[in-house]
Amino acid sequence: MGERRVALGIVSSTESASESPAKAERNERVALVTGGSRGIGLACARRLQRDGYRVAVTWRTDRPSPLVGPAGTHPLVAVACDVTAPGDIERAFDEIEAELGAVEILVCAAGVTDDTLLLRMSDERWSRVIDTNLTAVFRACKRASAKMVRARFGRIVLISSVVAMLGSAGQTNYAASKAGLIGFARSLARELAGRNITCNVVAPGLVTTDMIAALSPERLEALTTAVPLGRAAAPEEVAAAVAFLVSDEAAYITGCVLPVDGGLGMGH
Amino acid sequence: MDNEAAFDKFKSCAVEVLQVPAEKITLEAKFSDDLEADSLEVVELVMALEEAFGITVEESELDGVATIGQAFDLVTSKL
Repeated sequence: MGERRVALGIVSSTESASESPAKAERNERVALVTGGSRGIGLACARRLQRDGYRVAVTWRTDRPSPLVGPAGTHPLVAVACDVTAPGDIERAFDEIEAELGAVEILVCAAGVTDDTLLLRMSDERWSRVIDTNLTAVFRACKRASAKMVRARFGRIVLISSVVAMLGSAGQTNYAASKAGLIGFARSLARELAGRNITCNVVAPGLVTTDMIAALSPERLEALTTAVPLGRAAAPEEVAAAVAFLVSDEAAYITGCVLPVDGGLGMGH
Repeated sequence: MDNEAAFDKFKSCAVEVLQVPAEKITLEAKFSDDLEADSLEVVELVMALEEAFGITVEESELDGVATIGQAFDLVTSKL
């Protein structure tokens, strides 16, 4: 019986909690959220900050403010970074490591849309979205995982989208990049599983961010009607899923795609 | 750095990364069979060696490197 338990990799909760117990209790791991100045990224950063983590964010358009969180929490460390510039990612990690130590939790939330029908899609608009949403994630994960592999611990969460599986007219570039994240995450999950590093995807649906503020009221109405729960999500509701996946409690979850979409993507 | 000092340094990297006793790090030792190192551990070792020796190893140079001795030769060829 004992052998069987080992063969199946079943461990008791006390055993599984034994990794870096002191840190886990204090819940002060170092987390980096890319795209942490707005929308889902900012909500993730604030949530992890509130939960006690030491959180760094990269930002491109708006520096997050204030950096200080609720009493007893660590202030955010904000690093300017254009994720499409390879040197910027390297420099951002160097700065964060100098200030906080190695990144143990990586949340990739930096993303852009540039919608148009395929027949009107220029190479430039295609590439810009793929570079930001997919290639930059490859670079950030590569940089972060080198340290995670050594530390034998890591949590990676990539923010995808319901349209990755559902498809979305006018978003071939965006949907391709977000679907690409799923294949990337699952491959990485397999590569790093032996080092106690998990890699998961959160797939939000309609979320009240600047990204949907750009939609026409009619389009927003149509999209909301398609959501079984009948409303858009608050960014904090996506952050809650991310907070779970990066927690020590989620140690046995890797390669999953967790929808936070009010049911919009069901069946896909 | 003489050859012996270089091998000592190489050995300490291998012991740390591969988590094996120092006596198992011999020139003849095979990564897969004798040291039970998986592909990621070999990559980790290469990265540790790059840092320790201040060298750069290209992916293509690792083709056919199966033993500690072959890896050590690759490192010393760059010093």
